[in-house]
Amino acid sequence: MEQRKNMGQKKIDIEQVKQVAKLARLALSEAEIAQFATQLSAILEYVEKLNRLDTADVEPLAHCLPINNCLREDRMKPSLGTEKTLANAPQKDEQFFLVPKILEEPGGF
Amino acid sequence: MSKDILKLTCRGLRDSIAKGETKSSDAVSAVFAQIEEHDAKIGAFISTFKEEALKKAKEIDEKISKGKPVGSLAGVPIAVKDNMCTTFGTTTCASKILENFRSPYNATVIEKLLAADAVIIGKTNLDEFAMGSSTENSGLKKTVNPRDPSRVPGGSSGGSAAAVAAKMCFAALGSDTGGSIRQPASFCGVAGLKPTYGRVSRYGLVAYGSSLDQIGPLAQNVADCALLLNVIAGHDEKDSTSIDEKTAPIVNWLEKIDQPAAGLKIAVVPQLFEGADSEVVNAIKGAIEVYKRNGAEVIEIKMPHFEYAIAAYYLIATAEASSNLARYDGVHYGYRTKNPADYVEVYSKSRNEAFGQEVKRRIMLGTYALSSGYYDAYYLKALKVRNLIRGDFTAAFERADCIIMPTSPTTAFKIGEKTADPLQMYLSDVYTIAVNLAGVPAISIPCGFDKNNLPIGLQIIASTFQEEKLLRIARMFEREIK
Repeated sequence: MEQRKNMGQKKIDIEQVKQVAKLARLALSEAEIAQFATQLSAILEYVEKLNRLDTADVEPLAHCLPINNCLREDRMKPSLGTEKTLANAPQKDEQFFLVPKILEEPGGF
Repeated sequence: MSKDILKLTCRGLRDSIAKGETKSSDAVSAVFAQIEEHDAKIGAFISTFKEEALKKAKEIDEKISKGKPVGSLAGVPIAVKDNMCTTFGTTTCASKILENFRSPYNATVIEKLLAADAVIIGKTNLDEFAMGSSTENSGLKKTVNPRDPSRVPGGSSGGSAAAVAAKMCFAALGSDTGGSIRQPASFCGVAGLKPTYGRVSRYGLVAYGSSLDQIGPLAQNVADCALLLNVIAGHDEKDSTSIDEKTAPIVNWLEKIDQPAAGLKIAVVPQLFEGADSEVVNAIKGAIEVYKRNGAEVIEIKMPHFEYAIAAYYLIATAEASSNLARYDGVHYGYRTKNPADYVEVYSKSRNEAFGQEVKRRIMLGTYALSSGYYDAYYLKALKVRNLIRGDFTAAFERADCIIMPTSPTTAFKIGEKTADPLQMYLSDVYTIAVNLAGVPAISIPCGFDKNNLPIGLQIIASTFQEEKLLRIARMFEREIK
């Protein structure tokens, strides 16, 4: 395996982990934050090996197939419908997904 | 009687049922007898559908007795990995976040199995959202290797591999993002095929790494993989990444299976043998000798970027996962936290309470790799390296029909052996991951046993849409050793 450089210094620190967790909408516990700082640092250190390759003239490859845009006719087709769409909702009424209030004042639009 | 049925292959059972010699209902009863006897210990299934399966089997038996036409898998008991949507039962992805999820639609592969009159008997365990190499990341249950219950079945399609190995079904579907069909097939001693990216529709496969995911069969042998591929392959207008059939014509793979590949040229990459256990290397070398004896020419090649595959994969796959798994928000379906303080907590607490550690770790890594200031250094860099890795494969297939290497550097490891260090677990995918980055098809077939009597897998890799050649090459070896 790769030799681990800068053993004392983490690639990603506690504050960064907290910021990423916020972006990812994960309410991590303090213990998880500390654990992820260590584990993600080790993984990021490993992936540093990519920097050994000169990729200045290489195109990024996002997708392996010779397909570009797939177009189809703009025709109406049957969709799921309200009942099936709402069937798995944790909280709902007859027509809508229910969530806690987002805006404090009514008519806040 | 029922034990005799279990000796049949998928194809053998299919033929026997079609001729009216074996009843589908007896085959279904036989696999449920196996499940009832062994699955409490093995833990391959998250859910089973005994009543429905027996009913379907009786319908097929009746059709056959009346001489009515039936599909190409008529009456054959098949298991599917629980990340493929079914309107019957639940589709859990082995995650607490989807524990009670009932899909409003069937995945295209499920529709195709049903159209072929297969009997879907149950849904198999996996690493949560297919993220893992041992099935130990399942949020719902533990699966052990049927050959040694102290060892993992591999992953992420560990339940499917274990179910096939323990004869609790006649074949199964899995999904493969970085080796998740081939590695468990190798660990459990069965055959597992990852088709070319785009060959099989992913509509209704719960997404993990969308530029990498592909559905494929796990079965007793190569012919059964071909039979399953015949059923599930093809363009699907519901999956814009499924390839059109002009570019990639559909073949009757089963029909061609016994034609040896004439003038076969095999590439091996000596540098890659360095990282594998000696018993694994010896078994692969033994297999190469079998091909030589059958007239194949073997050339040695270099794949200079192969060793960068794991690093590129764990940036690309996690980036895609962080985006794909954003849909689990506690609002539309799935688990929601109790008493959230505000709407943000609906997301952040629901996700944190219901996702397992590996899923969170990958979402975190992917979110970081995509975040402002790190995108170029990590994600974009990984995509460029992906292009170099694909280039290695393109160069190899200009010189050879296929590449042969181990499926995994080791045989099945002990339960708990690699769970403490995620990076060690990732490194166990060293031979399978590059294949997904390049999008090419590959198969793992059994090629021997180590001193602990654990199966070793031979991986054969072919060029894009060359499944026909791949299966014929695999069959050449299988025929020699059986």
